[in-house]
Amino acid sequence: MSIPRTNLRRGKLWSRRRDLGLLFECAVLVACAAAAMALRAQDKNPFAGDAKAAKVGESQFRANCAFCHGLGARGGGRGPDLTRAQKRHGNADADLFRTINEGVPGTAMPPNGATQQGVGMTEQEIWQVISYIRSVQAKAPAQIPGNAAHGKELFYGNVGCSTCHMIQGKGGRLGPDLSTTGSARSRDYLVESIRNPSRRLAQGISEAMKEFSQEYETVSVVTAEGTKFVGVVLNEDHFTLQMMDTREQLHLFEKDKLRSLEKSRESLMPAYDQKMLSDKDLQDVIAYLLGVGAP
Amino acid sequence: MKWQTMLGAVKSRFLAALGMTKLRVSAVILFTMGTGSASLMRAQVTAERLVDSGKEPQNWMMYSGDYAGRRFSALEQINISNAATLAPKWAYQTMAGGKFETTPLVVDGILYGTGQDNRAFALDARSGRPIWQYQRALPADIRPCCGRVNRGLAILGDKVFLGTLDAHVIALDSKTGNVVWDVAAVDYRGGYSITLAPLAIKNLIIVGVSGGEYGIRGFIDAYDAATGERKWRFYTVPGPGEPGHETWEGESWKIGGSPAWITGTYDAATNTIFWTTGNPSPSNRGEGRAGDNLYSNSLLALEPETGKLKWYFQFSKHDEHDYDATQVPVMVDQGERRLILQANRNGFFYEVDRANGKLLFANPFAKVTWSDSKDASGAPIARKDASPTLEGNRVCPGAAGATNWMSPTYDPQTRLFYVTAREQCDVFSTAPQAYEAGHAYYGSAYFPNDDAEPFTGALRAIDPGTGKMKWEWKHPSPTWSGVLSTAGGLIFTGDAEGNFIALDAASGKALWHFQCGASVYSSPMSFAIDGKQYVAVAAGSALFTFALP
Repeated sequence: MSIPRTNLRRGKLWSRRRDLGLLFECAVLVACAAAAMALRAQDKNPFAGDAKAAKVGESQFRANCAFCHGLGARGGGRGPDLTRAQKRHGNADADLFRTINEGVPGTAMPPNGATQQGVGMTEQEIWQVISYIRSVQAKAPAQIPGNAAHGKELFYGNVGCSTCHMIQGKGGRLGPDLSTTGSARSRDYLVESIRNPSRRLAQGISEAMKEFSQEYETVSVVTAEGTKFVGVVLNEDHFTLQMMDTREQLHLFEKDKLRSLEKSRESLMPAYDQKMLSDKDLQDVIAYLLGVGAP
Repeated sequence: MKWQTMLGAVKSRFLAALGMTKLRVSAVILFTMGTGSASLMRAQVTAERLVDSGKEPQNWMMYSGDYAGRRFSALEQINISNAATLAPKWAYQTMAGGKFETTPLVVDGILYGTGQDNRAFALDARSGRPIWQYQRALPADIRPCCGRVNRGLAILGDKVFLGTLDAHVIALDSKTGNVVWDVAAVDYRGGYSITLAPLAIKNLIIVGVSGGEYGIRGFIDAYDAATGERKWRFYTVPGPGEPGHETWEGESWKIGGSPAWITGTYDAATNTIFWTTGNPSPSNRGEGRAGDNLYSNSLLALEPETGKLKWYFQFSKHDEHDYDATQVPVMVDQGERRLILQANRNGFFYEVDRANGKLLFANPFAKVTWSDSKDASGAPIARKDASPTLEGNRVCPGAAGATNWMSPTYDPQTRLFYVTAREQCDVFSTAPQAYEAGHAYYGSAYFPNDDAEPFTGALRAIDPGTGKMKWEWKHPSPTWSGVLSTAGGLIFTGDAEGNFIALDAASGKALWHFQCGASVYSSPMSFAIDGKQYVAVAAGSALFTFALP
């Protein structure tokens, strides 16, 4: 179903003869309208509770979704954990269908069939994937242990998270904005990111969107004049570097004009061990993160 | 300006055929010269011109530039001493999203290209202004794998030929873009599509089919260029009673995949087509298709008139990692030796005798973990523990391969083979999957390895004598750009960060680059008009051309 919509978005279809082009465009519009109505008519999963459909859906999930969301839908480095009862972009069948079919603008979630890599799914296959997700998701929203209010105090206070991380417009810019992290990342992922941030740098989606996927790699440069800057890579290509230093200043360099350039996948974020952040305080910080991003 | 002389001769013949007097002929020629037009009357593209494409370096008449698949331009106006001054000349916007994979053709001043969703266009190659534009009305229910892409056209006579996402082959009038004939190769609803640039040989248009993700039964077709009548079909998965059929378990041959989605090459001296094939289906699951699975991931030598198989060489037997052999099989002569060179998606660089398909050697050109030994012939053997597992098994190269469909180039001056290498490992998983016609059929999936190892890439210059690397140019991330070599001592390639780059072919030193604003998913080419050389590359939704100021 994504196909007619794609044509519509592109709008203008070519033809040397304008009348023929118009005719064709009308035909496409009619086809799209019909398709849209067919979709709207069905907002319930025809395979709801069908274990066999869920099994087929698992194949589709592996082929189309696991690349970012992980094999068991528990979330990967790129995509959210889908085994939670609450989904950020809507919980109803129709919401899930829309999220899968149309993607989520402004995020790495592409519209169905538009990843430029895989095949994309038919309407039926999308419903089967939804059956699969339903079969692995938690029955009820998880009880979040920990004291979120205390977690917020720590985040903006002693633990110093907000020096580099922003939540809803408040905080620093050097690290990823965490406003939606709670809804996007699994608890395990958050624990790992805090205890061992270099294990897995924050990732965007690769390939089709590789043109700009920030990974918060650490960079250290010395300019021709001898000034040293340390910070994170915002973007780079073979010839140029765009970075933010630890004072949140942007720097734009031509690499061959630098005296030195060193990159590292050791995160600038300190690894918060037990001494810096006890298990209890960690739990509170995560409770805050999960709460603030909750749908 | 050899070609202008030739053009004049062709014009004279053409006008004489129209019964014009000598006087009028001269008048017309004077007139055309007076207007400064490059070619008011274009010559027909004969099969002979295609065989002798080396005599017309100003033209680029087939996907890889010549039948040998070298992607080498004999033009030398742009060279190592002036490449730094290259400047954009014009850009043509398709206004289409997604990957723009075309290599345009240029014949006698007109550029013919294709875009997403089966667009095709003819442009004034000097100005970029369109002469005609075409777009196929595609059915709503096509779901081709890996983008709604197309890699280009073939030209023969007064037609250009397009393969479509709904698995048709179409002939367009090269002057108007009107459809001359339109033939369905197969029902697209089975998961078939055509994305490659067809190849014109003699009076035939050769195409191969895409669809290795759907459990198709792959084939290579030949169509009569004049009528669209199908002359032969070679099934890349042999049917009952045919040699090779025994390499498929049970009924698995019916959905054995083995597509043929990259343009082949042609040896006129021996009258042999060389075509390559892709993965057996399902790509990630060997269970249920025990055997070598011929002719998946193979190099095929076919007779053009009949499609009869002369010989084959299989690169990856019983593949479980999507290691398509769909890389242009490049013909290179070394003294008495007649070779096919291929840097394969499985990470090995192969040298094969093109008289008989005998392997001469195979050496890795990128990181390889799927094989750690070779058989008596020198062919790499897959490790037992490299197979995909339910929870996933990390193997190098990853599913996108150590290289892919992006073209390599062979430079007869440096005698080096240049290829885009991708260093990316993946976790391959496998699970049972029921086949359903027209639906994705992978037998599970692959995903990036989850350790801290970043993906990288490089343009590598390989000495075909030894398979050893001479130099490399590192890409920050793996690119999908192919490579062009020119007689100016230059290599042109693109990167995933959007740069189009000129390098010294001998040393790998970058001499010039231009930021196109989007990743390059295409293989560059070169042409000339009025004695001025251009280099062209597709990136984003634009076709860019560059020339000296």
